Amino acid sequence: MEILMAFVIGILFMSATYLMLSKSLLRIIIGTGLLSHGAHLLILTMGGLKRGSAPLLGEHAEHYTDPLPQALILTAIVISFGVTAFFLVLAYRSYQELGTDNVEDMKGTEPND
Amino acid sequence: MKKTNNIILESAITLLLFFIVLFSVYIFTAGHYYPGGGFIGGLMTAGAIVLLLITYDIKTVQQILPVNYRIITAIGLLFAIGTSAGALFFDVPFLTHVFTHVDLPVLGDISLHTATLFDLGVYFVVVGVTMTIILTIGEDE
Amino acid sequence: MTNLIILPILIPLLTGAVLICLNKSIMAQRIVAVFSSIAAMTASFFIIKKVHADGVQALNMGSWDAPFGITLVSDMFSALLVFTTNIIAFVCLLYSFKSIGDQREKHYYYPVFFFLLVGVNGAFTTGDIFNLFVFFEVMLMSSYVLLVLGGTKIQLRESIKYLLVNVISSALFVIAVAYLYSVVGTLNMAHISERIDELSGNGMPGIITVIAVMFLIVFGLKGAIFPLFFWMPGSYYAPPAPVLALFGALLTKVGVYSITRTYTLFFYHDQEFTFQLLSILAILSIVVGVIGAIAYWDIKKIVIYNIIVAVGVILYGVSVMSPDSLTGSVYYLVHDMIIKAALFLLVGIMISITGTSNLNHFSGLIRRYPVLAWTFFVAALALAGIPPLSGFVGKLLIVKGGFEEQSFLGAAIVLMSSLLVLFSIMKIFINGFWGQQPADKGEVKAPIKWLLVSPVILVAISALFGINSEAFLPYISQAADTLLNPDIYIKAVLKE
Repeated sequence: MEILMAFVIGILFMSATYLMLSKSLLRIIIGTGLLSHGAHLLILTMGGLKRGSAPLLGEHAEHYTDPLPQALILTAIVISFGVTAFFLVLAYRSYQELGTDNVEDMKGTEPND
Repeated sequence: MKKTNNIILESAITLLLFFIVLFSVYIFTAGHYYPGGGFIGGLMTAGAIVLLLITYDIKTVQQILPVNYRIITAIGLLFAIGTSAGALFFDVPFLTHVFTHVDLPVLGDISLHTATLFDLGVYFVVVGVTMTIILTIGEDE
Repeated sequence: MTNLIILPILIPLLTGAVLICLNKSIMAQRIVAVFSSIAAMTASFFIIKKVHADGVQALNMGSWDAPFGITLVSDMFSALLVFTTNIIAFVCLLYSFKSIGDQREKHYYYPVFFFLLVGVNGAFTTGDIFNLFVFFEVMLMSSYVLLVLGGTKIQLRESIKYLLVNVISSALFVIAVAYLYSVVGTLNMAHISERIDELSGNGMPGIITVIAVMFLIVFGLKGAIFPLFFWMPGSYYAPPAPVLALFGALLTKVGVYSITRTYTLFFYHDQEFTFQLLSILAILSIVVGVIGAIAYWDIKKIVIYNIIVAVGVILYGVSVMSPDSLTGSVYYLVHDMIIKAALFLLVGIMISITGTSNLNHFSGLIRRYPVLAWTFFVAALALAGIPPLSGFVGKLLIVKGGFEEQSFLGAAIVLMSSLLVLFSIMKIFINGFWGQQPADKGEVKAPIKWLLVSPVILVAISALFGINSEAFLPYISQAADTLLNPDIYIKAVLKE
């Protein structure tokens, strides 16, 4: 199972990198989304994968799954949700303002304008 | 803008809206011992409002629900901070919560928990933030 | 009082929430902001007193015992930084009143300002590695908003780059924490330190070294060390002066703090590789920063590149890891936060007078603005480390530590850099303040009295910090002491 997860995470990171290297801003944002998905799956895998146990069942339970990675993922998902939403708004605003979603056209600093 | 005649959506939403909001409240209250809680409840309420936005338009929805979502966010934050900062008055560590069991006549044994109030804050923050984001994108079209 | 150390986080958070409701009235916002800023400053002052008297303070949030819950830890290092942060925030707030403009003030400038403080103070105080990530995100989220607030073209363009870089570094942070968790199975920083200590009987295992380097990349991106500083000159160029001062003084320093914290608490076993790497990168940062500072003729850019130099100097002190050099690093860190804020505010005043940041386009400011000129002069000397100002003591200790540990090249480069930093900043003074006053501008004096208050306060603090360094040194060396002996930190948190 861990091997499979490693492949899934690897593919996610790979696609994320590919998307983030493209010129269109929207693709870049999708890329960051995939990157954070990969990172979240990585936390889950790193906590150890188990089958058929609840996170915590009192002090005397025989089997339980480590609840911490799940809490971490939840937090990380909320954060990446917020950041992605902000990024989308920013991209939309700058598309209106700059008239382009091509990052090639966003080069340069003030003195060179 | 041309008014589209979304008869199916419009009739469905009058019925569905209450169920969605009710269910989100249920999810929110169930959150303490079962899956659910303020975050998912808030998202679901925001989803209901978004459904309204899809059916009608921003102006109509503003008339139906004349609220400033930024203020909702602030109120939620104050709620969450307030309930956690209550611990300061008792000189116990921040975020410490208390709970008690109450026996009510009809409902039976109910546990009352100050963490629910904290969760209520989360609920408001999520509704406020989600709606602010969606309205910011949708506003100037 | 149990909850003392959370107050610098709680007060700004509460203020931010209240200020959202008050966004209609600018005056009310200003009054609330000033009062709560003073309150946060007072609270952090008492934290320093408390830590000095009773040692490291730990607070288990929600009464969940460490290492299971989230713990906030305030040792002298973080207490000093929190105090400095609050001073700078207060001063930047005063500066904002007259310079930031109605539009921004109505569009939630003050709430976001305070949320940024929540993130910075939280990152300095937390004792939990994942909580550090959360506070980083609070800080970054606010910094995105502050950067884009106003919505000019350059701001939007630079915000996108800044956001993208930070989203990627946040993902890397999560990945690094995941690896660390899989190895040590805990998130409490004191507990992690203990577990890594158990793991590394003779030298760190390879995986820990990998994690150490990943953390260096993550925090290095925030702290702008070589070669990860590439985003900074562009992004920091965009926002207005008070925001720039906050960013320059606080955000990069959070990265530096995190590197210092993790490297002295977690990864101190294998000094051969990780510390060598840190020291090489620090030295290269100094070199690149100096080259940038000398090459540019744009006053903002010159000061921005000086941030990179300072980060390099501080991290070089950390990488040497001797009592002297660490004391020097802590001292220099505090000094640099204050003086960078002062310089950015001064640069902001100069730009508001002349309307340009290009040194070739103005000169002779000293005739009309003598106070501004001399404040800038003192700040420049302090930055370069001329005795008796505050930069001197820190650099002296770092260099002394470097020579004692036989790291001659590094120490020599730190020394050389002082000279070149002085040159780069004096370039502004000579070209901008001396020389012919352009005749056509007339004698119109821009009203800068109020704006000058803030940098004058900061420069005065910096001078006091330098001249009176004997009085501050016990506090600084207590901070360095905790960094050198992780046991003090671990014992205070885990209560063994």
